[in-house]
Amino acid sequence: MSGASITAESIGRRSWLKPSISRERRWALWASYIVLVFFAIGFLAPPYFELVTALKTSQQLGSGKDPWFTAHPFFGNFIGIVTNPDFQTFFLNTVKVTLIVVVLTLVMSILAAYALARMRFFGSQAFATGVFLTYLVPESLLFIPLFKVLSFLHLINSTWCLLLVWPTLSVPFCTWIMIGYFSSIPKELDEAAMIDGASHLQMLWKIFIPVALPGIIAATIFAFTVCWGDFLYPLAYLFTGKQMVLTAGIVSDLIHGDVLDWGHIMAANVVASAPPVIIYAFLMDYYIAGLTAGATKG
Amino acid sequence: MAQVTLRKVSKSYDQHVQAVKAIDLDIADEEFVVLVGPSGCGKTTTLRMIAGLEEITDGEISIGGELVNDVPPRDRDIAMVFQNYALYPHMTVFDNMAFGLKLRKFPRDEIKRRVDEAARILDIGPLLARKPKALSGGQRQRVAMGRAIVRHPKVFLFDEPLSNLDAKLRVQMRTEIKKVHQAVRTTTVYVTHDQVEAMTLADRVVVMNHGVIEQVGPPQELYHNPLTRFVAGFIGSPAMNFVPVRLETVGNQLMLRLTDEIRLPVPASRVDRYSPYKDHNVLLGIRPEHLTELKDPAKPNVVRFDARLDVTEPMGMEIMVHFRINGTELCGRIDPSVRAEAGEILPMSADLNHMHLIDADTGRVV
Amino acid sequence: MIGGPGFAAGPVEAETEAAGGEESMADGTTGISADTLHGFVPSIRRGGLRRFAQRRSTIAVLMCLPLIALIAGLVVYPFFYSIYLSMLNRDATRFIGLFNYRYLLNSDTFDLVIFQSCFFAITAVFFKALIGFILAHVMHNISGRDQRIWRGLLLIPWVIPPALSTLGFWWMLSGNYSAVNWILGQFGIPQIAWLSNTWTARLWVAAVNVWYGTPFFMIMYLATLKSVPDQLYEAAAIDGATWLQKIRFISLPMLRNIISITVLFSLIVTFANFDIVQILTTGAPADTTHVFATYAFQLGIQGGNISLGAAVSLFIFPILAVFSIFILRGVGRRAREGM
Repeated sequence: MSGASITAESIGRRSWLKPSISRERRWALWASYIVLVFFAIGFLAPPYFELVTALKTSQQLGSGKDPWFTAHPFFGNFIGIVTNPDFQTFFLNTVKVTLIVVVLTLVMSILAAYALARMRFFGSQAFATGVFLTYLVPESLLFIPLFKVLSFLHLINSTWCLLLVWPTLSVPFCTWIMIGYFSSIPKELDEAAMIDGASHLQMLWKIFIPVALPGIIAATIFAFTVCWGDFLYPLAYLFTGKQMVLTAGIVSDLIHGDVLDWGHIMAANVVASAPPVIIYAFLMDYYIAGLTAGATKG
Repeated sequence: MAQVTLRKVSKSYDQHVQAVKAIDLDIADEEFVVLVGPSGCGKTTTLRMIAGLEEITDGEISIGGELVNDVPPRDRDIAMVFQNYALYPHMTVFDNMAFGLKLRKFPRDEIKRRVDEAARILDIGPLLARKPKALSGGQRQRVAMGRAIVRHPKVFLFDEPLSNLDAKLRVQMRTEIKKVHQAVRTTTVYVTHDQVEAMTLADRVVVMNHGVIEQVGPPQELYHNPLTRFVAGFIGSPAMNFVPVRLETVGNQLMLRLTDEIRLPVPASRVDRYSPYKDHNVLLGIRPEHLTELKDPAKPNVVRFDARLDVTEPMGMEIMVHFRINGTELCGRIDPSVRAEAGEILPMSADLNHMHLIDADTGRVV
Repeated sequence: MIGGPGFAAGPVEAETEAAGGEESMADGTTGISADTLHGFVPSIRRGGLRRFAQRRSTIAVLMCLPLIALIAGLVVYPFFYSIYLSMLNRDATRFIGLFNYRYLLNSDTFDLVIFQSCFFAITAVFFKALIGFILAHVMHNISGRDQRIWRGLLLIPWVIPPALSTLGFWWMLSGNYSAVNWILGQFGIPQIAWLSNTWTARLWVAAVNVWYGTPFFMIMYLATLKSVPDQLYEAAAIDGATWLQKIRFISLPMLRNIISITVLFSLIVTFANFDIVQILTTGAPADTTHVFATYAFQLGIQGGNISLGAAVSLFIFPILAVFSIFILRGVGRRAREGM
């Protein structure tokens, strides 16, 4: 009796389930797109607004008319900012220091990660944990004592001081994700290379680096982004325009220099934001892989 | 070309765990030796010690008459094929095979000649420009072997090279490995947990268990004359049946007593061998193929009995039947023409000419 | 997608096998003449394996040395130096013990700083995690190419240097030409001085941080969601679970660990945030939006009282210390679960 009724019910249920699931899916898809559009507008409005502002003359900006739209884009701000010698200095300084720090970061983190992932030594485990903890230490905890350290070294108000402090932001994380990438390389690969006659350096150079290339790209992107966007250290340690980098320069110098020409400032903002965004656009997968690798680890 | 010698080789981890216990092994030049045993028996550790990937705690290993205890792997002139192939993922097949030669600074045309030769032997010529990712499991296996062949090493070491392949491919590659060995005749040490692989490939099989060598010998000898209970049970599929019995004399006939009802006469030829174990509890070992349907009762030393079949497994050329005697599960092998259904009682015979008797205390075959 | 690493392994699964004797790099070339084709004789070097191992660890330490120097010199030393500095008087001439701390804790302004730091961090992290969670699920619903595009778009706030985008926010919010007020004006809502009003300023500071940080949470949760087998959701659907029940009984438990890691991590980072407050309000109005970092900057760098500034920034340390321990535990568990 009861068995029969259950069968009947389950059959009825199944015929009811199928269209319902697809209907539910369609509904969920629509809802998802609505939510996404809503947040996409919210997320992209500020950069869009910066771009629109950068494309307006000061008269247009002062008119109080629709700040979100311009019918006649004006490129004078971009030309003005790109030819502005201060801005050029900021830009060159940033490129120079960032690139050097990226290279330093890669060398330091790849060497250390290889040693930590493959050549266990006394205290290596604890040291790896220490590296991770260092990554958690925020710059705002250390910028004051570092100010004293840098003034002792006579590096205050010198762009080169960033060569010392920026690696503290980039190297620990890069080492951490490189340890992860290196550890994921099967050990048989080293053994095969060892039997094939490779030395440690050959193993690192000919096997580990090529195999972990996605990780190295991710680490490079991370180091670049972190340095390029850093604001606190340059703001705290650099004072004069000649030594400035983009972030601190745009915020402090350009604002105080001109009489708040917002078209100019936003043009500078857009140009300064462009390199990380462009790198991101081309290497999005590596970018995201690096991001999630860090979280898989921390 | 070289022989490999192990003298009292031991490996222990943290003082306590002894993975390999003072083993002695002589591997002749051009010989194909297979180390076989269950996981954790020390076979892989032994292989890795020969390769130099694992430190030797004690003892001596020599390759080609030369002591290699302190020689790093790359100077031992060995080549190894790994279970997961360990192909360099960023290199083409050609570069994978050439890598070891390049590192050893071989001239370019010699490298090319050797790789082409290996590719010909292994039939992977068209794949040379591909990356490992674009290869099937069997092809990767060939490349891994190719990487070993091009080096013309003294010794090939194989670490369970076929266990990542599906069953069909495994059989195919097994033949392939044998062919390659016949072509290049390099001394080979091969590790596997699969006794069929061991039997089919080896000139000599080394059965290991718990870090010691149980028995060394040609496959047929291990099969027919196992020295220990472990070897008897490990070699052969399905495994040998073991039945606890007691050796008794009834009248002046030496009998194997299973239960009060079941007593089996010991073949006359073995009485002398077994009589010291009179009144001992021993294990009777008998292979499934010697427990068959009742055929020719006239044959000497064949006893008949009735078995109630629990399970029958038709295999095509034979039927495996499972039944119990006195609570012990046994497996027999009958002709497919015999009608056998689970639950039925089947008259069967046991051929005691091929029995083994194992001392239950020492685990050794009597 | 690129072949990212599996990361099933632990944080540092330092290798257990003491791989026998490899030679060091220096003396690596084995003598081979081109004509020895078959079986050259390797040059055998005898020397205790123990020495190899020692040499190997020496190389390893050498390879770590730059990193060790960096951490020791520019992280560990400054940290302890900071503690020392915080116990000096304004001119750094006299040791005054815990006076700076007592002074700060008695100051009304610093009470505001503590309150705002906590309010800012907690509010911002809560909304970042919540919106990130929602967006990850929403994103997970849509498939393949579309998902890539949307993910790419929604990650943009995280990519732009926060200092620069905060400047854009400032311009959006302030003055007569506030673009936000213009939108509200279209609906007849009067102008609001967002940044000169304590609570609206506090909310906007948090909002900018949410805008900047949410994509990070979204990406983390999305990556973890992708690792949840679809069959779980299908099984739940067959069992008759509603979408809310699916989230409650499948997504949340599966994401629990990554949620706790990201939240703790973000709490540290947000708690120590500098850029947004510095640019958007610089603490105004009347120091009500100052957080530890900006207040330390104002006292230490701009005000020249390094000791007091050091004391302020050290207040970040307790939360860092406590949360780090939990993060390490979470990462360890994650490694063990192999997710």
